[in-house]
Amino acid sequence: MIRLLVLLLLPLQAVCAWEVSGYIEPELRLFAEEGLQAGQERTNVSLAIQPEFVHQRGSYQFVFTPFARIDQQDDERTHVDVRELYWLYAGDDWEVQAGIGRVFWGVTESQHLVDIINQTDLVENIDTEDKLGQPMIRLSLVRDWGIVDAFILPGFRERTWPGEKGRLRYPLVVDAGAAEYESGQKQWHVDWALRWTQSWGDWEIGVAHFSGTSREPQLSPGVDKGGRLVLIPYYPLIDQTSLDLQAVKGDWLWKLEAISRDGQGPKRYSAATAGFEYTLVGVNESAVDVGLVVEYLWDERGSDALTPFQDDVMAGVRITLNDEQSTEALMGLISDLEYASNSFSIEASRRLYDRFKVNIEARFFDSNEPRDLAWGFRKDDYLQMSLAWYF
Amino acid sequence: MKLWIIAVSLTLLSGYVYAETPEEKGLAIAVEADKRDSGFGDFTAHMTMTLSNRQGEKSVRKLRVKTLEVEGDGDKSLSIFDEPRDIKGTAMLTFSHALKPDEQWLYLPALKRVKRISSKNKSGPFMGSEFAYEDLSSQEVEKYSYKHLRDEKTDGQDSFVVERVPAYKHSGYSRMITWIDKEHYRPLKIDFFDRKNELLKTLVFENYRQYLDKYWRADRMLMQNHQTGKSTLLEWRDYRFRTGLSDRDFNKNTLKRAR
Repeated sequence: MIRLLVLLLLPLQAVCAWEVSGYIEPELRLFAEEGLQAGQERTNVSLAIQPEFVHQRGSYQFVFTPFARIDQQDDERTHVDVRELYWLYAGDDWEVQAGIGRVFWGVTESQHLVDIINQTDLVENIDTEDKLGQPMIRLSLVRDWGIVDAFILPGFRERTWPGEKGRLRYPLVVDAGAAEYESGQKQWHVDWALRWTQSWGDWEIGVAHFSGTSREPQLSPGVDKGGRLVLIPYYPLIDQTSLDLQAVKGDWLWKLEAISRDGQGPKRYSAATAGFEYTLVGVNESAVDVGLVVEYLWDERGSDALTPFQDDVMAGVRITLNDEQSTEALMGLISDLEYASNSFSIEASRRLYDRFKVNIEARFFDSNEPRDLAWGFRKDDYLQMSLAWYF
Repeated sequence: MKLWIIAVSLTLLSGYVYAETPEEKGLAIAVEADKRDSGFGDFTAHMTMTLSNRQGEKSVRKLRVKTLEVEGDGDKSLSIFDEPRDIKGTAMLTFSHALKPDEQWLYLPALKRVKRISSKNKSGPFMGSEFAYEDLSSQEVEKYSYKHLRDEKTDGQDSFVVERVPAYKHSGYSRMITWIDKEHYRPLKIDFFDRKNELLKTLVFENYRQYLDKYWRADRMLMQNHQTGKSTLLEWRDYRFRTGLSDRDFNKNTLKRAR
């Protein structure tokens, strides 16, 4: 794959200056127990690669970031994606970007309600922070009163789902190929979005509107071509207006993300995440920072929500050693206030020998409530170790 | 800033009439140094940081810096990290201020996320090095109170020795002693004292070079931590002044597309 890419791009490199960087990351996942479904193994080995090719000339940028993963157990997790393939022109106080891009909106840590442009690459990690590349044309204007981004989004990306042998899935497999859409144009509906952001002293504010196919599908039981019982995703057309706010008050960061969505389910609904991050800087006269993160996650739809976070609290501790190896760790507990359901996670990383980075991640699920979406993961506690080599 | 200049000019003039106190003299030296370094407009430069621990193990960080001088306030700067490779593409935008917290945004390329970060505390280590954020931020006269201690030769150059006490209450230092050469008003050496007033670090400036026939910049800055035995060598290259940067080059968009 990489050799092919290099061969393809070599002639280009000769013509103009391309900068190549990226990583290769072998990963091992160990699950504490046998899976609930037949065929789910307790160990999994996987390899991911993400090179990045950048060409810059004056006000132009050209970026190409392919991604590929090979997975031992799950055929669906073995996948390829174009994370980025765009051209960007930067004017004095404006920029335009065309191609496949990646955009992040929002401020909170536990979930990212406001972040809607890119589809979640769910097979990568259930934290929903991995995203698929989204075709877009983006125009951005920088003014004294803020930055405005206008997006035209032709082409919809379907969410990725674990396959038959994949862990961390619902009891039924999602048949992505059978996806249904509200729009008659299916995945070719052209979505649009508009976002304004501004910083005022200690305050950061973002207001956005999205109109188009929801990135979040409703799943309903159905039968696939082979007669098996599966889940069929349905992607409705939605309108979502969002607000994200952050205030910096000394060592405190106050955060809010709120959305109002129409078109998904019988009526318009709201959801929000609100909380704070407090940092104890230089604990005991050392360089170590300890951050405390508390967030409340709410969804008006309650138990009908598509997310397990309808009435939950997240409490976390972030430890940053500020050492040469950039060692850091984040531990977090998300507890459902309505159902007896908890999930605990640890993520830690440390650089090795300048070019390597060790990542450790562990997640533990505890659910006694079949109505909670976390119920399906109750046997999927895992420890993940990976070693990334950066080039 | 202008008020300071007037105040100090008056002080200097009146100095002919009555004796200058050490505080007045210290401030006058700081104002003169500031005056000689103001008006550079903007600059870009490459920086290499070499971190060494007590065992002599080294690790290297490389970054590019763009700085815009802001009249009457701290400078604006954009730092882009090239090495180590795992943080390549990470960028930091800072609007520095003399006495209130800086405004700071960090761009994380893996998530494409811009994070506004708390920067009340400027005493933390920069990239795991022996330099604190406050050591690298723009030097404004208002950031300290001053006291001239004595004159002495350092490294063969006639110097003023001036004590500085940070005015910013969240500084990591109780005071600093600076050696400033009498000819060009450039810092040659700084001793940093921690909050317990014990000698913490010494910074030595080497290989000064003059740009635009006016502005002096040291090619090498060596920071030694006396308490841990660690050191960091900061090397600058490709200084370019008045490259035409403006306010428009320092916002969240330029932060995201900085490469």
